[in-house]
Amino acid sequence: MKAAILLFPGLNRERDMARALRLVSGNDATIVWHAETALPAGTDLVVVPGGFSYGDYLRCGAIAARAPVMEAVRSHAAKGGLVLGVCNGFQILCEAGLLPGVLMRNQNRRFICRDVYLRVERADTPFTQGYRRRQTIRVPVAHGEGNYIADGETVARLEGEGRVLFRYCDPDGLIDPNWNHNGAMNAIAGILNESGNVLGMMPHPENHVEEIMGCTDGRGLFEGLADHLKRAA
Amino acid sequence: MSRQQTKNANEPAITPDLVAQHGLKPDEYERILKLIGREPSFTELGIFSAMWNEHCSYKSSRIHLRGLPTKAPWVIQGPGENAGVIDIGDGLAVVFKMESHNHPSYIEPYQGATTGVGGILRDVFTMGARPIACLNALSFGAPDHPRTRSIVSGVVAGIGGYGNSFGVPTVGGQVRFHTRYDGNCLVNAMAVGLAEADKIFYAAASGVGMPIVYLGSKTGRDGIHGATMASAEFGEDAEEKRPTVQVGDPFAEKLLLEACLEIMANDCVIAIQDMGAAGLTCSAVEMGAKGDLGVELDLDSVPCREEGMSAYEMMLSESQERMLMVLRPEKEKEAEAIFRKWGLDFAIVGRTTPTLRFVVKHGGDVMADLPIKELGDEAPLYDRPSVPSSPRPVIGPADINPPMSNAEALETLLATPDLCSRRWVWEQYDHVIGGNTVQRPGGDAAVVRVLDGPKGLALTADVTPRYCEADPYEGGKQAVAEAWRNITAVGGTPLALTDNLNFGNPERPEIMGQFIGCLRGIGDACRTLDFPVVSGNVSLYNETNGRGILPTPTIGGVGLLDDFTRSATLAFKSDNECILLIGETAGWLGQSLYLRDICGREDGAPPPVDLAAEKRNGDFVRALILDGTAKAVHDVSDGGLAVAVAEMAMASGIGATLDTPHPGVPAHAFWFGEDQARYVVTVPAAAVRDILARAEAAGIHAARIGVTGGRAVMLADERPMAIDKLAAKFEGWFPAYMQEPAAEA
Repeated sequence: MKAAILLFPGLNRERDMARALRLVSGNDATIVWHAETALPAGTDLVVVPGGFSYGDYLRCGAIAARAPVMEAVRSHAAKGGLVLGVCNGFQILCEAGLLPGVLMRNQNRRFICRDVYLRVERADTPFTQGYRRRQTIRVPVAHGEGNYIADGETVARLEGEGRVLFRYCDPDGLIDPNWNHNGAMNAIAGILNESGNVLGMMPHPENHVEEIMGCTDGRGLFEGLADHLKRAA
Repeated sequence: MSRQQTKNANEPAITPDLVAQHGLKPDEYERILKLIGREPSFTELGIFSAMWNEHCSYKSSRIHLRGLPTKAPWVIQGPGENAGVIDIGDGLAVVFKMESHNHPSYIEPYQGATTGVGGILRDVFTMGARPIACLNALSFGAPDHPRTRSIVSGVVAGIGGYGNSFGVPTVGGQVRFHTRYDGNCLVNAMAVGLAEADKIFYAAASGVGMPIVYLGSKTGRDGIHGATMASAEFGEDAEEKRPTVQVGDPFAEKLLLEACLEIMANDCVIAIQDMGAAGLTCSAVEMGAKGDLGVELDLDSVPCREEGMSAYEMMLSESQERMLMVLRPEKEKEAEAIFRKWGLDFAIVGRTTPTLRFVVKHGGDVMADLPIKELGDEAPLYDRPSVPSSPRPVIGPADINPPMSNAEALETLLATPDLCSRRWVWEQYDHVIGGNTVQRPGGDAAVVRVLDGPKGLALTADVTPRYCEADPYEGGKQAVAEAWRNITAVGGTPLALTDNLNFGNPERPEIMGQFIGCLRGIGDACRTLDFPVVSGNVSLYNETNGRGILPTPTIGGVGLLDDFTRSATLAFKSDNECILLIGETAGWLGQSLYLRDICGREDGAPPPVDLAAEKRNGDFVRALILDGTAKAVHDVSDGGLAVAVAEMAMASGIGATLDTPHPGVPAHAFWFGEDQARYVVTVPAAAVRDILARAEAAGIHAARIGVTGGRAVMLADERPMAIDKLAAKFEGWFPAYMQEPAAEA
């Protein structure tokens, strides 16, 4: 794994992400500043971590989506390179047009930080091969704008093409509005792009990767990626 | 040495009215005249008002603060710097402080709270530490007061809005409601940072002719006279003071953090001071005065957000996210490049001088020329008259007739504003960022891993204001003892504390009596528990229309765990574990929540605090945690024993059956009395005999009071209470009050 973590001013979970990648893959990721115009040679995974890029005083992710480094990310993605966006990263990828839809204010209009349950809808992708299909995992969320919305046609396509990878659910894996804390359409927590190489998700798997900290349900995502990239190499 | 007469045609003439508007008393103005030997200019008057207000000068509190113990072998820096610093071994230091932002938060809850958090974070990273946790202690008015709901909503959103964006986990704190905060809420914010012990940065400048650099956001007209406003009581005109509240920009602060830590790592910094209360004035004076140097500022170089700002406005602006630094001259270019990279303003705005004068120039004119040491050192110092609070009667357990069954009382208490779950609050704070939060909010103390471990910090914020009101001395002791106990209950060794002393108008002798009494109690507890004060903040004049808040000396405690994986939590771990009560139970109902919220009487003397017993019992419990015998631990505080056990059951979903109360203590007093120095501990049945014998040998009261198991809490001789029903009540109050459906627990 040769991961590049993008750093826009105002992001704040880059260190959490770097630790998770290091723990799982044994390799240090490279931090790539927003003003760069190229990714480090040989980058096989681009990660856009969470935070508040440029303060998110405008629409979340709107400014970051237009930063110089995003051109390099677009071309990486166009060549089939893997891209993972978490939380603000998901918002940025949507704003950049790499993923469809938009993240709106949480239904209760408040920031919410808590552990949520996710149902892994598919296990046959590079991002989820570390899980079983329909496995329920527990990971934290921490966002004010995570309410996924897209037009009916887009959502129908996402569902039809199996591009919803994670859905908010109850502890037993059942979809229940009471467990959809932000009110996302179809309880969508994470989606793939058309070619299946770009994932955006609101929850933070990088905060649940250590046994010693009480929960390792987020590990599967990084282990799956590491394994996939090892095979590909 | 020449003394330039400072005159400027555009500045208003000094009149008694103008002096009074600056919060300076006539005798304080006389003191200024004597000190400088002439009439001050308008800008100088502003500078004096900024330096000599209560908030910056501690003029009413200084002589009393001297009595607090501030030293220990592990204390690197005590009070007097931006924050306290303690050594935690391995070459690491913890930097922490708590500070109030009460007045601004009442006037403009969201921005008041955000800038409170921003200010305290700056205090910590100014010293070279990366913030790793925030806590807060919030006191709101009565739930049925018309403004309370919107203040709660704004303050909580503001704390989250700043900390979440800045990227620091907010891991713990306190929330209370009381009618005495109706017109004056309290927002006390604490920040904790981690630094290398030999790389702490201080405010004292050194070297003559060194460049003084301004960093961060631009200066605007916001917050002018904020510190002066915070040093006066409120009248009906509180709303009109809105323009004195600053506006927070967590994004700018995040950039400032990263830029500051980067230039510190590159060894560019000689001295650094954040611009907090009284902005440029206070920071520049402190840097010079602490280094025995003069300072000359050229305001033409100050980055301004608005056109045409006067010297007076620039010197008093409290615009946020700004820093002042003395750089190593040879590193100036390097430092500037780092700041430019982070998109921050960088300007050389002055030099250090050998004159011990504070000179401010603007547009070619000298706007101020004052003796720099005297601005701080010669601030008025008051030994204000005080009267001790009159003692309240001791209420015996048998004096109170229970108005309802104990089961009903427990169910009722768990759904009261002061005892119910604070989930609605802390779920708005990102408490997991950093990936180091071992124990999240809701326990006795938060536990945060240090770097990659194995060390951990135990963090808490505590005070029981109703005890302080009823008996300032015992209340002061109790605040420290409870912080110490909460750290102990997770297995931490308490190391040091920061105090945030919130009181009413010090010009009233009864308020000074409360202040002095609480400080005596805090000092005695700190000495006995070996728990020194390393930083703090005093907030006086917390009153509206002559009615003071409850005395609220918030204690922010920091403790150390050598191995965070050994920390204890309050959740029961399994069925059939024995429940032990450590500490003596006399059934003290005076000032208890049972007496107030069940019997409708806010009355009596508060529970006395036996500091020797605190130490003995706490050390005993900590040893049980560290040797792995204790499975679940919870301190007994507000609401008493039954509430503590119910919280342990709700946190785990495992029930408990409790035995008949101690002989001689009426049941209601046994379950709900608030006797101090107590813990509930669960242990394997096989270990009980040995533990009780060891306790007896150590002179510690310990008793087996029940066993875990089932799905209900059963107080002896009472009907069983299903945990899920208790939890529904416990979790229900806050969302219902804030008019929302309860969240899934």
